[in-house]
Amino acid sequence: MSALLELRQVTKIFGGLTAVDDVGFDVEAGQVVGLIGPNGAGKTTTFNLITGNHRPTRGTIRFDGQPITALLTNRIVRLGVARTFQNIRLFQQLTALENVLAGRHCRTSAGLLAALLRSPGQRREERAAVERSLAELAFVGLEGRALELARNLPYGDQRRLEIARALAAEPRLLILDEPAGGMNEQETDQLVGLIGRIRERGVTVLLIEHDMSLVMRACDRIVVLEYGKKIAEGTPEAIQRDPRVIEAYLGTEAT
Amino acid sequence: MSRRLLTGYLLAAALVAAAPRLFDAYQVDVLNSVGLYVLLALSLNLILGDAGLFNMGHAAFYAVGAYVAAVLNTRLGVPILWAMPVSGLLAAAFGLLVARPVVHLRGDYLLVVTIGLGEIVRIALVNDVLGLTGGANGIFGIARPVIFGQKIRRPEEFLYLIWGFVALTVFLFHRLEQSRFGRALTYLREDPVAAEGSGIDTARYRLMAFALGAAWAGMTGAIYAAKMTIISPESFSFWESVLVFLMVILGGSGSIPGVMLGAAIVVLMPEVFRDLATARMLVFGLVMMVMMVVRPQGLLPWRAPRFRRADAARAEASR
Repeated sequence: MSALLELRQVTKIFGGLTAVDDVGFDVEAGQVVGLIGPNGAGKTTTFNLITGNHRPTRGTIRFDGQPITALLTNRIVRLGVARTFQNIRLFQQLTALENVLAGRHCRTSAGLLAALLRSPGQRREERAAVERSLAELAFVGLEGRALELARNLPYGDQRRLEIARALAAEPRLLILDEPAGGMNEQETDQLVGLIGRIRERGVTVLLIEHDMSLVMRACDRIVVLEYGKKIAEGTPEAIQRDPRVIEAYLGTEAT
Repeated sequence: MSRRLLTGYLLAAALVAAAPRLFDAYQVDVLNSVGLYVLLALSLNLILGDAGLFNMGHAAFYAVGAYVAAVLNTRLGVPILWAMPVSGLLAAAFGLLVARPVVHLRGDYLLVVTIGLGEIVRIALVNDVLGLTGGANGIFGIARPVIFGQKIRRPEEFLYLIWGFVALTVFLFHRLEQSRFGRALTYLREDPVAAEGSGIDTARYRLMAFALGAAWAGMTGAIYAAKMTIISPESFSFWESVLVFLMVILGGSGSIPGVMLGAAIVVLMPEVFRDLATARMLVFGLVMMVMMVVRPQGLLPWRAPRFRRADAARAEASR
């Protein structure tokens, strides 16, 4: 039984910089896996490789046994990998509902002709998409905000709206890039709860996070990167005791 | 559709319908010209306003449509209104063909490429491409359209043909705006990376926007050919592309009533200032400059809200 997501010897070189260097790890279905490391360790680049925003220079990435290294981002989303962005990328001028409907796009099919003729099938599909989107908004705790413009929402709500948009695409793997970025303690606590409920839905989660209290509480397993290389992997308890990880985060004393 | 917008459309329709009683033949003909530019502006709006793709070679698609209709009519005797869908289809095919390799380019680069495209088409027409286009003289003797045995000849007859097509276009494009297809274009304009990351095939929708915009410009070209009975390459110059681009930006990029207003103003303003003789283009230019400084979002940037309280409440209730 292979893992839901497999990275094998993945390397990404930008010009002279090796951003991701021979990284390999697995994400088992049903788990919450954290990807941590100091700034510039290659975490977001790794995410961009998984979601097809970049192509790896070497190595393979498999999702559910299928290689996705050469696929376009929208194909990867359709296979079941949805993501959020480190620097929130909502459609700022659109309502929360329209933002979530973007996630429904790949699970609906009405085309140009259906739109012009407004066929019964198209109307039914639109209604169902709106209902599902409102359900996702309620799931992340944004009920009643459907018609507000994304840019008018507070920062924490925008992060959750991005999660709702990703969930609307019915992913099997949800990739969260610093979901607690800019959140206060209370919001972070709510986020830990939300991640738990996402896992209960059967969605596997892979996340980057700097907030260690969140990582330690939310994750089953942790992968640590430094300078593009994987330096440790294991349970939160094991990672907390790992000398290489402590060194990477705190530095070693000059002797 | 909001009540105010509907009222606006009905007033405009009433004005157009009453135009033959209110205005002389010349003025009615100006109104026909407004109608044709409204169609062109609406078609470019799909590409530029909805999908956010900078296209300053729109006259190329207009030209392809006009020439296809003219050739079909003069060589094969196809009635011009029957040729119209063919014009649309071939313009769309041409749009797909030329947009395919360049459509991934970012705003300003795409703009330069489309300027080149417009010029290539014009020069190809001047050089009598395929021996069909009549070179610099163009094609003449295009037959008048006939509807139910009624020959369309006088300006007021064309008024109803052109504005009837405008009404159909506005109706369909509003439907498009309120659909999954229309939303995909909006996502693409707002943030292509986020759109792709949400699962939207952005490359495909870029092409679809080009194809559909080209198709509508092509059909408008067929009507133009029918109205003029003579077409030549100079009718499809770079300046035409610039004017249509201007109409979209000036009126309110992405807004259907906005670009219609933009088209009306760009066509009518030089007419209104006709007494100023050569200075009228100066006034025209100045107004454009002031407009863009004072109101960069366009005159009427209004877009139809896709969902209202009632829609959300109804969906919430059935959830």
